[in-house]
Amino acid sequence: MDLFTIIFYAFALLALGAGSVVVFSKNIVHAAFALLFAFFAVAGLYVLLMADFLAITQLLIYVGGILVLVIFGVMLTNTVISVDVKTGTVQSMPAVLLSAALAGMLVGMFWSTDWKVTTQQTLPEATGNELGTMLLTSYVLPFEIASVVLLVALVGAAMIARREKKA
Amino acid sequence: MLENYVPIFLMIAAGFGFGLVMMKVNEWLGPKSPNAEKLSTYESGMEPVRSARERFSVKYYMVAMLFIIFDIEVVFLYPWAVSFKELGMAGFITMTVFITILLVGFYYIWRKGALEWD
Repeated sequence: MDLFTIIFYAFALLALGAGSVVVFSKNIVHAAFALLFAFFAVAGLYVLLMADFLAITQLLIYVGGILVLVIFGVMLTNTVISVDVKTGTVQSMPAVLLSAALAGMLVGMFWSTDWKVTTQQTLPEATGNELGTMLLTSYVLPFEIASVVLLVALVGAAMIARREKKA
Repeated sequence: MLENYVPIFLMIAAGFGFGLVMMKVNEWLGPKSPNAEKLSTYESGMEPVRSARERFSVKYYMVAMLFIIFDIEVVFLYPWAVSFKELGMAGFITMTVFITILLVGFYYIWRKGALEWD
């Protein structure tokens, strides 16, 4: 086992361990905190896949942003007042069906995909330059649509704030 | 390629290590003579009243949301900045459209008063 493999398993274990804490923890705050390590481990896996830009994005947006939003979401919920920040299991039957369907889809994809194996030498040093060029030439429409999606989120957030003012 | 990440790894290790060592050294070396006043939550301060686990104002959510939106915008700026010279004028115009769309939203929430705290 070389160093690469050891690092991969370390990050994979961290991702799985933190992920199971997120799923099985009865305390929402603990789950949100464990999510931090899960996101971080996934960023590490991106680094191992030579996707440096993706790894930075993962850290900036998911660890730095989405997680804050999740924790704010927890603090905004009513249940926090009654100290009981706990989760329960509801709707287990549909949940089981949905999870089984998703798991089946993922496993099916895993088996049917023709995984390409490449040597590290053929991979680019950094992906930022190529990504920038592709994003602003070949994939310019999805890029501009992304800004519209962000605009929708902005307007939606403003709507929430306005409702607060009335109340 | 992976060797490039060794400094980052060392940085993380040093950061964690420094924090832990400093706390532990403080615990071992610091003189301890506790009394009731020192053990209160805020020494020489106000005693906290009521629970800290209150429902937070939705305004914080707004701030977090705005942060994420403009955070994503900055992330999109980065690959453009890296290949700025190759892309030239066309890239600049594309980026201007991108930022203009977001600026429309920024103007909207500004006029809406979403940036005011009260």
